[in-house]
Amino acid sequence: MSAPAPSLFTPAAKAMAGKLGLKKGRANLEEFADTLLALATADRNIVAVTSDSRGSGKLALFGKALPKQIVEVGIAEQNLVGITAGLAACGKKAFGVSPGCFLTARSLEQIKNDICYSNVPGVLVGISSGVSYGALGSTHHSLHDLAVLRAINNLTIIVPADNFETREAIRYAAQATRPVFVRFGKAAMHDLHPAGTTFEAGRAITMREGRDVAFIANGETVVHALLAAGQLAEQGLTARVISLHTVKPLDTAAVLAAGRECRAVVTVEEHLVNGGVGEAVAATLLQAGLSPRFKIVGIPDEDTVTGAQADIFRHYGISMEGLAATARSLL
Amino acid sequence: MPTDRDLALKAFALRRRMLRLIHDAGAGHTGGGLSCLDILNVLYNRVLRVTPETVADPRRDRYVQSKGHCVEALYAVMADRGYFPDADLDTVCHYQSYYVGHPTRKVRGMEMNTGALGHGLPICLGMALAAKMDGAAFRVFTLLGDGELAEGSNWEAAMAAAHYKLDNLTAILDHNTLQITGHTRDVMSNEPLDEKWRAFGWEVRTVNGHDYAELTQALTTPSPADKPLFIIANTVKGRGVSFMENVGKWHHGVPSDPELAQALAELDAAEKKLKEAIA
Repeated sequence: MSAPAPSLFTPAAKAMAGKLGLKKGRANLEEFADTLLALATADRNIVAVTSDSRGSGKLALFGKALPKQIVEVGIAEQNLVGITAGLAACGKKAFGVSPGCFLTARSLEQIKNDICYSNVPGVLVGISSGVSYGALGSTHHSLHDLAVLRAINNLTIIVPADNFETREAIRYAAQATRPVFVRFGKAAMHDLHPAGTTFEAGRAITMREGRDVAFIANGETVVHALLAAGQLAEQGLTARVISLHTVKPLDTAAVLAAGRECRAVVTVEEHLVNGGVGEAVAATLLQAGLSPRFKIVGIPDEDTVTGAQADIFRHYGISMEGLAATARSLL
Repeated sequence: MPTDRDLALKAFALRRRMLRLIHDAGAGHTGGGLSCLDILNVLYNRVLRVTPETVADPRRDRYVQSKGHCVEALYAVMADRGYFPDADLDTVCHYQSYYVGHPTRKVRGMEMNTGALGHGLPICLGMALAAKMDGAAFRVFTLLGDGELAEGSNWEAAMAAAHYKLDNLTAILDHNTLQITGHTRDVMSNEPLDEKWRAFGWEVRTVNGHDYAELTQALTTPSPADKPLFIIANTVKGRGVSFMENVGKWHHGVPSDPELAQALAELDAAEKKLKEAIA
């Protein structure tokens, strides 16, 4: 019998989630699959393209329900992106779905040329991204994807934090007229946003106000920033928490406001510290003449520690305790 | 519909235009352009169901030039066909010109941005699938180079096109047997091509890539049901200019003033000879 996956949360973090009223949702992956199926049921032009990834992409039901709207390319990611581009060029709203580690490395040239440079409205969905496949080793990590994709013109990059953001990101992508990349993992997420929250691509969501420190986070790290803000509050410190779900175009207004109004800024991402959200935020602040106390929390540029996503997060301080300690060290 | 003679005469003008624009731009792929020019001449003037007026019609045939580096031949053919003014070609590779050294969609009638090799076939596969999904009758064509076949993405697409029975997809190989380093058989041998593509499930036809009748027949005779079509067009790199034919340096050699003059004179003489023969 295999050991249960380690929890992403310590008992104290779980207690804090309870205090903040956060309820456990489901994996963003499942939210994506159901959203895409609903959209495609209503619009026969929506097509999913998979590379032997309909199981890992939770698209088996999609394949059964809409067999004429799914294209299986086999384990061939370059072909997956090229086909997605060709479908998009001929009026299909094509979603190329593949593990982020393969999609954004092996087929990077196809993303750059066939989708972005050709400017066709293809959507690429990186599933099980970051260190979702933590224990499988670096072949299966995508800790480079935001860096390489940020360096490609004409691509909206969205890293949703919870089920709501995932649903909205996929709805946005389905009607976008330009290329979109959406990236998420496979762990069950907490629902982070109250009802009535609005989602707009390119516009960060400020989830909690504060002036001592701003956590600017995205994807599966946001919940940890929110919990850290709760812990800091108990110690008399106020923390702003921003879900920077859209990495490109960057919401510079939200970033600059944080830099002006908070004493310290901590960025958090499930990505290498090189070339990700942290560096994007740093560049934005510095070029505006702002230099708050600043720390990029992510995966350092080293041989990544082995373990499950939870182990890797904890190891590198992506946890309530780790982020609160980082914030305190800056104040 | 132009006759073979019409196309043969047109080809002289197209070759001259292509050489002049490469000379003027100071860059371009002379050898490969001359080898694929007759294929493009047939495609655009006989086969493709697309015109400058129908470039946005969803029912149009699609052509994606996978060997994008030979765009100068395509520019000459498309300008002649009226997709854009010939004078635009005086700006090829100029500052802020849309007419860069590889196809881009900013040029009227260009379907996709290509230039990195091994991209055209997967893209065309997606286009052909879109046609099948919509029950649309359009066909999709791509042009590949010999050296390009070393890119693995072609073989991913070769498998998938047969798997999806895309009889609306045609890939043409500009089989001049040379690439930048030398003979393809020495760089990375890819023969026997016909057997390989047949084994992948394609209908394979081999033609003289400078013979308008053979090209037309191969391109317009329907593929047996369910099979994508692969046409091996045997061509000569540098075709039409004696000192460029089968000479590796003309892969991306740019003719000097005297070389251009000599090439144009050769083409003029050959054109005159053909006209006399017709008369």
